[in-house]
Amino acid sequence: MPSPIPASIDATVELLKGGDYIADRSLATVLYLALKLGRPLFCEGEAGVGKTEIAKVLAETLKRPLIRLQCYEGLDVASAVYEWNYARQMIEIRLAEAQGVHNRGELAADIFDEKFLIRRPLLEALQPHVEGAPILLIDELDRTDEPFEAYLLEVLSDFQVTIPELGTVKAAERPIVIVTSNRTREIHDALKRRCFYHWVDYPDLKRELEILKVKAPGASERLSRQVVGFVQELRKLDLFKAPGVAESIDWSTALSELDVLDLDPRTINDTLGVLLKYQDDIQRLQGSEAAEILRKVKSDIAAQPLG
Amino acid sequence: MDTLPDPPAGLPGREPRDGKLASNIVHFARTLRTAGLKVGPGQILRAIEAVEAAGLRNRDDFYWTLHSVFVNRRDQREIFDQAFHVYWRNPRLLEKMMDMLLPQIGVPAEQDKGKQLSRRLQEALQPGQGEAPEQSEEPPEVEVEATFTVSDREVLQTRDFEQMSQSEIDEALRAISRLRLPVPERRTRRYQPARRGPRIDFRASLRRAMRPEGLTELARREPRRRPPPLVILCDISGSMARYTRMFLHFMHAITNDRDRVYCFTFGTRLSNVTRALRNRDVDIALQKASAQVEDWSGGTRIGQALHEFNNKWSRRVLGQGAVVLLITDGLDREGASGLDEEMERLHKSCSRMIWLNPLLRYGGYEPKSQGNKAMLPHVDDFRPVHNLESLSGLIAALGARTVGADKRLSGWQTELRKE
Repeated sequence: MPSPIPASIDATVELLKGGDYIADRSLATVLYLALKLGRPLFCEGEAGVGKTEIAKVLAETLKRPLIRLQCYEGLDVASAVYEWNYARQMIEIRLAEAQGVHNRGELAADIFDEKFLIRRPLLEALQPHVEGAPILLIDELDRTDEPFEAYLLEVLSDFQVTIPELGTVKAAERPIVIVTSNRTREIHDALKRRCFYHWVDYPDLKRELEILKVKAPGASERLSRQVVGFVQELRKLDLFKAPGVAESIDWSTALSELDVLDLDPRTINDTLGVLLKYQDDIQRLQGSEAAEILRKVKSDIAAQPLG
Repeated sequence: MDTLPDPPAGLPGREPRDGKLASNIVHFARTLRTAGLKVGPGQILRAIEAVEAAGLRNRDDFYWTLHSVFVNRRDQREIFDQAFHVYWRNPRLLEKMMDMLLPQIGVPAEQDKGKQLSRRLQEALQPGQGEAPEQSEEPPEVEVEATFTVSDREVLQTRDFEQMSQSEIDEALRAISRLRLPVPERRTRRYQPARRGPRIDFRASLRRAMRPEGLTELARREPRRRPPPLVILCDISGSMARYTRMFLHFMHAITNDRDRVYCFTFGTRLSNVTRALRNRDVDIALQKASAQVEDWSGGTRIGQALHEFNNKWSRRVLGQGAVVLLITDGLDREGASGLDEEMERLHKSCSRMIWLNPLLRYGGYEPKSQGNKAMLPHVDDFRPVHNLESLSGLIAALGARTVGADKRLSGWQTELRKE
């Protein structure tokens, strides 16, 4: 049985926490509204801030199936919504011919039957599910092109899909829709208007510490504090790609695997590839700059001990 | 978490169904709209619905509720934030203003620790400044500080496009309407029906099989082609001043001629003028663009501008095989520092880089300046733009398909690589 949707913003925060997702109030508010009013949630933000994770956690905590549509350039109706099973249709035609069926209208009705329909994620999400309305994750929408985005308008506002040969399929119960975008291009306003918009920002120091505590429990408190301090400093620099939350989790997991208890410039140099993914950024940081930041972080921690 | 201030009449008080709340949200939405956010009646309804759903327990929730409805681009957050704090702190202030159309107080004087309100919002909060303030009890005290700092290289002035004569515009428009920029189409990953396409279209074939004569020929399909996105980076510094106006017209024409065109201007800073230029009316478009750009006819920091473009915009506009059109004379005031790396990165992230250089019209052009030397190795195409003194000259040069890359380009490139 699916869990009911949360009854208040506070309950939403708790719900996400139950799935090991430490959300800030703004996200919980938007998510609560999206759930309550049955409208899609549109999350935009840098890579690695936990946009996709929202949908996964939601599916887990609400005990509903997760249906994921990963977008890519050239994504079309055949791979996103439905496709006819051509091979089976051909066989059907051959069989009909062998049996001497000559009524073409009947044959057409036969081969464009639901049993020859292959359901892709969008259509699947509109079907009734025993576990309750599914979570539909439309991931990285910015990777598709504008025509597909326009197609989504019908799906996201009326929750229906039109198949010319069969008619219109309408969802009995609206799926919970989460759309994410990395902003490799702007999504059209028409689509955003149908959703609740949220810009997922990097977490602040306190929240990132909480996240690490949950997601990388192996790291000591002291190390986590240093990792978070360091990463937060990096985000202030003018880097080509600042590290996201995913990177800080990876980094502290990696460091604790290496049995590091205390950050030092050498370890940072050796493991910088976990945090930064562009050669220019790594090159810039390696050596003195990383050491400088580390010194600053450590003096900050000394000045303001945990508590 | 602060609580809501003790509400005077009409604050989002206890009862969500209160008509005052709705009217307050409407007023707030109007403020946002004046400040430049696109807020329609549908969003206002949704905002009211959302506020009712979320309840009004504290200011933060109220903030994020309205935020989720009214904001749909990241760059709107700042405006929203300021508008929210000004408006819901003292809703009377604004109501009064709106009712009386009176610039009473510019901005609440205590407004946040020296944090400047954005100019758009200041203007939105002072509607109808031009109107005669008859009922004004106190003289409007509007303190509009220049929100930008003037560096020695930056000459910040707002360019006046109104001086452009009507006949000039007409001529430009006529010429521009004939203008087609020769950018080859690229293959996409989508398919369209085609008689001799390389792939079989099963769906169409099966439909065809339903016809009385049966399946006589398989339907086929081929990749669809479409022009790639076009990104125009236009230098508007002092040394380019003579051409700037024409290039703006040019960018406007291209923007309205096809989709996926992104326009940027740069001198000492980079401005994205795409949305402004999307306006159909060329006057409005140029007016909006000129209001947005603050560094007309100043110095040039090409390296800096490209750095900003690479960091902030390249990932957002250079997808799907974009072509970059760089319009500059390559005269950099910073001695071309960092220009080489930024050009290299830009070149590597687009599918084709075309440099339009007005200096190339001189027969004896040689890539002597540091800027030119740094940029030349990273372009695919180097086009002379002959006779840019007149607009017709520009159109002829850009419109003619025969004007190809300068023959000397490869020679210069090999030479520069040797150095």
